[in-house]
Amino acid sequence: MDLIKTIFRAILSDRLAIFGLVVIILFIFAAIFAPYVAPYEPREIIKDTDTGLVAKYKPPSLKYWFGTDNLARDIFSQVVFGSRIALVVGFLSAILVVFVGTNVGLVAGYYGGRTDNFLMRIVDIAYAIPFIPFAVLLVALLQPSIKNLILVMALLMWRAPARVIRSQVLSLSQRPFVKSARVAGASNMRIIYQHIGPNILPFVFLYIPISVGWAIIAEASVSFLGFGDPRVISWGGMLQIAFASGAMRIAWWWTLAPGLAIVLVVISVYFIGRALEPLANPQLLK
Amino acid sequence: MRGFRGYIIVRVLQSIFTVLVIATILFFLFRAAPGDAVDYMIDPTFPPEVKEQVRARFGLDRPVSEQYVKYMWNLLQGDMGISFFSQRPVTREIADRVWNTLILALASFLIAYPLGVFLGAILATKRKTKIDSGGITFSLFFRSAPLFWTGMIFITIFSIKLDLFPYGRMREIGYEADNLFQTYFSLDFLHHLILPAFVAGLYLAALPMLLMRNSVLETLDEDYIELARAKGLKEREVLFRHGVRNAILPIVTAAAVYIGLALGGMAVIEVVFSWPGLGKTIVDAVTAKDYPLAQGAFIILAIMVSVMNLVADLLYGYLDPRITYTKS
Repeated sequence: MDLIKTIFRAILSDRLAIFGLVVIILFIFAAIFAPYVAPYEPREIIKDTDTGLVAKYKPPSLKYWFGTDNLARDIFSQVVFGSRIALVVGFLSAILVVFVGTNVGLVAGYYGGRTDNFLMRIVDIAYAIPFIPFAVLLVALLQPSIKNLILVMALLMWRAPARVIRSQVLSLSQRPFVKSARVAGASNMRIIYQHIGPNILPFVFLYIPISVGWAIIAEASVSFLGFGDPRVISWGGMLQIAFASGAMRIAWWWTLAPGLAIVLVVISVYFIGRALEPLANPQLLK
Repeated sequence: MRGFRGYIIVRVLQSIFTVLVIATILFFLFRAAPGDAVDYMIDPTFPPEVKEQVRARFGLDRPVSEQYVKYMWNLLQGDMGISFFSQRPVTREIADRVWNTLILALASFLIAYPLGVFLGAILATKRKTKIDSGGITFSLFFRSAPLFWTGMIFITIFSIKLDLFPYGRMREIGYEADNLFQTYFSLDFLHHLILPAFVAGLYLAALPMLLMRNSVLETLDEDYIELARAKGLKEREVLFRHGVRNAILPIVTAAAVYIGLALGGMAVIEVVFSWPGLGKTIVDAVTAKDYPLAQGAFIILAIMVSVMNLVADLLYGYLDPRITYTKS
């Protein structure tokens, strides 16, 4: 519980992190209450009430905040609904990535020797696999869906927290409190999760916001390349349609809105991550 | 295994092993792909005899274990099969693309790294000022923006609105080069390279900048900086001659890993700018279900990334004398 308090104190003492927290909360609200926040159905083809014509390629205005697309659909409403996918993919992937990475790091660092060597070879392999091309390949072979997108992230991204946490555990295992726990007859499981685990929690909490950011960008990239879940509205998917339909020439607003939404969410989690950095590495506090 | 030489041998063998494992993963991944591979090569309405012929020609009628051994054996000899779509050897299809990706990645890197390191050093001295938080926000903005989106925005502004740079492809439409030299050594190529390289550079600059900032901040606490100041050196001299020189080591070693990561990330930039590189090849090949081509391009990309990771490890060991390689 103390750690939660420390985390909140760290966030609230950093102006950029407060900004990040507020933005994330706003997006979470938009995602939950999307049907109430969005002025139109995201897939609804809008007819202009004055002219009776289909309102396609309308620039941003009071009526259509972020303009409309080539099929006369409201872009603001699509962005609001898109936040659901971004947040779900971002947070679920991050939890999986950090869960796998932490456990691999703990086991490798604590047992050392062959176990460590074996796990670190897997980390090497994961690092040699180019992420976006692999994600495209796997999602295409498994069928594009949100579930498979999250699976791909969990399959590769754990490499970063695993490596960092392993090196922490490696030095922690040599510390007297671990040795005395072992002498006292504590089981390996108990030493790993009760004695070493709490000491690496700052790293665990640091990697959650970072992974959320990675996952949101990765999801957007894979969707942009045409391998997103075709049944849902996502920011990357919106940008793919905008790119393919040549909107860069006709409707700049169509490119701008979904991209800015991605930037806002990702920069917010990075701001929060930065505020948590000194907890893991107190040298930065000075 | 003794000393640094032993370490090099071990790391090289590990890298080869890594690539072989990735090739194996790809082999089984593509075998698990839904549908019949033959249907991607010829019209599914062809009579079954023709299908059997094609199957036999590509060795797809043999047991999986035999196919796997043959696949690995061919791979070791540099044979990556025949593209379903063009019916040409995969190696021929991707030979040029390797250079295209490498040049783009290196150009972005050469923009990003010096810029990031320089700005990072500046920010470290402006700690807790508006410049510091402004610089961090600016760089994190481009770090948070997906590369393909920044690319689209830059195309809209610099190619479409201002008409300063061409976008898409590496050379003017209709241009055919006689040889590699003609393709890359020309103003036209450079003109096409600037925009994608700059966009990727903006994204890549954030990490060295933040690393450098932290590294300089740590260095500025050291005693020899105190001494340099006490000697009466100018603050700028203290920063660059004493601070930066000592802070730069971890950033140099991070560079190679970074090129490795950047290589994989080039895929989206290549798609946005129609840059005929390996990443775009993989995406196009997967879309067209041209699995041998996708597989070959992926393996080459993975080899390039592993080589960079290997270089990073060796560089680190070479530059940091505190690391020992003998087992105690």
